[in-house]
Amino acid sequence: MYAIETRNLTKKYKNTVAVDNLNLTIHKGELFSLLGVNGAGKTTTIKMLSCVLSPTSGDAVLLDDSIVSNPHAVKEKINISPQETAVARNLSVRENLELIAGIYGKDKKAAHDKANTMIDLFGLTEVAKNKAKTLSGGMQRRLSIAMALISEPKVLFLDEPTLGLDVLARRELWTAIKELKGKITIILTTHYMEEAEALSDRIGIMAKGKLKAVGTAAELITQTNAKSFEDAFVILAAGTEETI
Amino acid sequence: MKTMIFASRNQKELLRDPLNLAFALGFPLVVLLLLSALGANIPATIFPITTLAPGMAVFGLSFISLFSGMLIAKDRSTSFIVRLMASPLTAMGFICGYIVPLIPLAVGQSIICLAASVFLGLELSVNILLVLVVLLPAALLFIGIGLLVGTLLNDKQVGGVCGALLTNLSAWLSGTWFDLNLVGGAFKTIAYLLPFAHAVDAGKAALAGDYASIVPHLLWVIGYAVVILAIAILVFRAKMKNATL
Repeated sequence: MYAIETRNLTKKYKNTVAVDNLNLTIHKGELFSLLGVNGAGKTTTIKMLSCVLSPTSGDAVLLDDSIVSNPHAVKEKINISPQETAVARNLSVRENLELIAGIYGKDKKAAHDKANTMIDLFGLTEVAKNKAKTLSGGMQRRLSIAMALISEPKVLFLDEPTLGLDVLARRELWTAIKELKGKITIILTTHYMEEAEALSDRIGIMAKGKLKAVGTAAELITQTNAKSFEDAFVILAAGTEETI
Repeated sequence: MKTMIFASRNQKELLRDPLNLAFALGFPLVVLLLLSALGANIPATIFPITTLAPGMAVFGLSFISLFSGMLIAKDRSTSFIVRLMASPLTAMGFICGYIVPLIPLAVGQSIICLAASVFLGLELSVNILLVLVVLLPAALLFIGIGLLVGTLLNDKQVGGVCGALLTNLSAWLSGTWFDLNLVGGAFKTIAYLLPFAHAVDAGKAALAGDYASIVPHLLWVIGYAVVILAIAILVFRAKMKNATL
């Protein structure tokens, strides 16, 4: 059973094709990583799948609902942690969590209880009353992901969740993400090869708006006869031929 | 319900910013006190409190544009708006969530300004309540300008346009600092083509109990408020649809 199925999903701007006839299936409970250099189309894909951006043509079905004909139903089932840290700066950690829970329809008590759960789960207890703007970059990212999870999404989009974090903060977030594996479907974009390799069930490599290859890290290494996953990525991302 | 939750967040963001409070409440009050003190030491009545009170209330409202513009521009620059756009919050929910919390802030600011004017000699009368009502379209106008500018520009540009240009425009062209009839000519014509002098004159008429004079001035302000708000909403919706917020 698929959580996501895209059908010739395309986004064109005036002189650019940001995403070109993307056909992709992602299974329920899978952690799928989208890799690509800057401008490959990863973030545009995420924005279309999360109903932030309308496709120029094509469609995608998320858990039986179309992003084109029924985006409101899709939005009820998903959540996103955007590329940059997206927190309300003058609200406390708890208020940020309760805000998102409320926007996704939780009543006051349910929002409070869910915020407690997220604060425990993401180790935010000591900073729960602190304003978000006073947190370190790593803690803000943690809060950002907790905000994305508080609505209990069936599909979670993580757009470069560890960008700009130090090694320790990155490893802490990896641990948190690994604990979610199998429970919900996660689509993650990243520039870090080791991150994709360590976390993903499968990896899709995009270049110039096209999906060049899909498989496990081991499958992609075998497919390209590369020595490492990074080498495989370079071959696939730089290649001009269709490799799928 | 979702809109009110979002509106509550926006209100907290605005009220917890000390710079907002300093400019929204402190600055117009300081100017009011300074001009009153200056007027008291000059034989001629160039700054009567009946002009200063509504004038400073309108001048204070111009900072509402700065706050609303900055809030929206910062949400855009931090991707917080992307998170909200992926949520079940509708476009109108967004817009109302940004507009609604600014209305009590604007009314509160006007109350403080008029209360301070009472301490400076303004006669306490029921007409002061009418001034608050008459200033509401001006408040909506400034909120609309903030929504429009915050949707189109980044936070630094909003600071320039709303913090410097708009506050100066609304101050100099409102007839608060000097009688527009004394300047006359093109300056007066331009001032009365814009809504700021009309907003102050409507407030002055309300304060004086000259009810018949309120409506013509208020229609100018309402007209500007409706047009600016409509443009702001259309631009916001268009940019939201294209994900270019």
